[in-house]
Amino acid sequence: MSQEAILFKGIDEPGLNTLEVYKRRGGYGDVFRKALSTPRDALVTELVESGLRGRGGAGFSMGKKASFMPKGAMDKYLVCNADESEPGTFKDRELMTKSPHMLIEGMIIGAYAAGATRSFIYIRGEYAQQADILDAAVAEAYADGLLGKHILGSDHSLEMLVHRGAGAYICGEETGLLDSLEGKRGNPRLKPPFPANQGLYQGPTLINNVETLATIPHILGMGAAEYAKIGVENSTGTKLISVSGHVKRPGNYEIELGMPVREILYDLCGGIEGDREVKFYFPGGSSSPVLTGDDLDLPYDFDSMAKAGSMLGSGAIIVVDDQTSVVDVCLKLAQFYKHESCGKCTPCREGTQWTVKMLERIIAGTATPMDLDIMASVQTQIIGNCLCVLGDAMAMPVGSMIEKFRPEFEAYIEEARARSERELIASLEEPGEVPLVGSLV
Amino acid sequence: MSEGTAAENVGTTGLPEGDLTLGQHVGSGEIPRYEGGSRTPGWDDPVDLTKDPAVIPDPADCPVPEELRAEIERHMALYPDARSASIPALMAAQKVHVWCSPTAIEQVACVMRLTPGYLAAVATFYDMLETSPVGRHRVYVCTNISCSLRGADELLLRVQEETAGDPDFNVRGFECLGACDIAPMASVDDVYVGPVELDEVPDLVAQIRAGTEVLPEKQIIRRKSVDPNAVSTS
Repeated sequence: MSQEAILFKGIDEPGLNTLEVYKRRGGYGDVFRKALSTPRDALVTELVESGLRGRGGAGFSMGKKASFMPKGAMDKYLVCNADESEPGTFKDRELMTKSPHMLIEGMIIGAYAAGATRSFIYIRGEYAQQADILDAAVAEAYADGLLGKHILGSDHSLEMLVHRGAGAYICGEETGLLDSLEGKRGNPRLKPPFPANQGLYQGPTLINNVETLATIPHILGMGAAEYAKIGVENSTGTKLISVSGHVKRPGNYEIELGMPVREILYDLCGGIEGDREVKFYFPGGSSSPVLTGDDLDLPYDFDSMAKAGSMLGSGAIIVVDDQTSVVDVCLKLAQFYKHESCGKCTPCREGTQWTVKMLERIIAGTATPMDLDIMASVQTQIIGNCLCVLGDAMAMPVGSMIEKFRPEFEAYIEEARARSERELIASLEEPGEVPLVGSLV
Repeated sequence: MSEGTAAENVGTTGLPEGDLTLGQHVGSGEIPRYEGGSRTPGWDDPVDLTKDPAVIPDPADCPVPEELRAEIERHMALYPDARSASIPALMAAQKVHVWCSPTAIEQVACVMRLTPGYLAAVATFYDMLETSPVGRHRVYVCTNISCSLRGADELLLRVQEETAGDPDFNVRGFECLGACDIAPMASVDDVYVGPVELDEVPDLVAQIRAGTEVLPEKQIIRRKSVDPNAVSTS
């Protein structure tokens, strides 16, 4: 890779999670001091110009999101979304484990730009080890005057708290996260009002992903114009990607946006397990429509993925090899969303349930090819009809699997039906008992 | 319920005695009926008509362990709105009671001044809050896509077999735990380990029972982030 690592540079240095080592490597240094004395608008403009797009999944311009925060004196909040529960994603975990101060520094600058005086890190409850590391880092920052009132003698004050969730995928959705942070069930809210106007405790709230916030100090360090040169148009910078599934070296990699997928899978990850072929892959977490082995030469960036009918999402590539049945993967996926649907909106609650039921029917051998059409139509009825995108997150990949692997689904249905018929006949071998044709279906 | 309920008329057979003819009352007591004479609640009815909704417990008759009270109050003080502490408070109570038992919920309700119903609604929403009795060692085996592609379902079965009948264990298949790089993996009392081979399961379970560190070589916290072999050719 010609572009050297930014976020992952020296990430494995022992003790990087302590303030001492982080500062020795230049953390909370001149860039940090300068940022806190720059006018807020100039800082937001710089973030817009860097072209940094949200790294959590939606890919919205980080600077623009910050610019939506209203001006004036009121309680404003910054919330870091560390709920990372999109299947296949594990990049934020790495950052928080190894370099928690990078996130805290980014949050202090981000909060300053947004005019927020209180901040929360909403971390998923399963990441207990990471939450402990963050707790320790926040305490260190408080003790050093980097958090609290008048940070380093500036006008900026910021309180920070690590809040642990308790296991719910929906709390990664920003409004569900806010409800959960307020101590309620994590049900998503109706939008608008958007969190920038009415978020946590009804106050204006800026919500950003861990990786997005951690990138801020680096952007200011090299300058927005320099940062925007990395990557490709509309997808600037480097991105942490999590590759998992049937690859030889699953793990986190930092790439320059625009790197071809083939290079990621074969050079970085060492190829496919057992040197088999890629059947399909999820380019951006399990919520993204699947791409097939024919799409390996696409450049990995926001626009190319969108053009191919999928999305970059959280940057989690899940690779499935040609030995795996698409129906099995589809069922796993649907079961996950069925379990995680909060049940507030009917299309999502019922749609996820019925998709699972129909897939189970296919596997049990009691489905007809017509079920495929019904299943596909269920997916289109979910999309865009709910408060949040959890339902869409199942409907899009399931819909894409049916579309791209329809012959395999149909063959599976026929095979399973033939199998269940054979089993039924075998179970009726008592002499004199003749199975009715109708009962075989 | 008023006197002479069906429960009092239960004979030695375990079944209600008396005339069971359709349309007649069992025994002499009043059977609570919902609107329209139904015995099952509708959408708008409370589940149990014979009970008043639980109110915020009176501190005088709801003893709370001193440490738990201090822990909950510490969390409440951290937020602009004390209600935000409901998840950390329930987690703290779960640590004491192993699961969110009615007593645990009542104690949190008493300290936080919320109704038990509100807290029960929160507890049932989140996967890590247990609403039925479980063992104290939590073993979550990730069975989501990435892990199941690498044999997580067999791993879960193997762990379940190994711990079968042991009331100390709470073994569950869990949604993506965010560690697909070490698939198939498990979270053992909050410690991530993986990739777990099937023949390592007996060791793993023995280590949990003995209370020692689980598979120290395979803990995620010791894993390097950057793979030196991962070099791009371009």
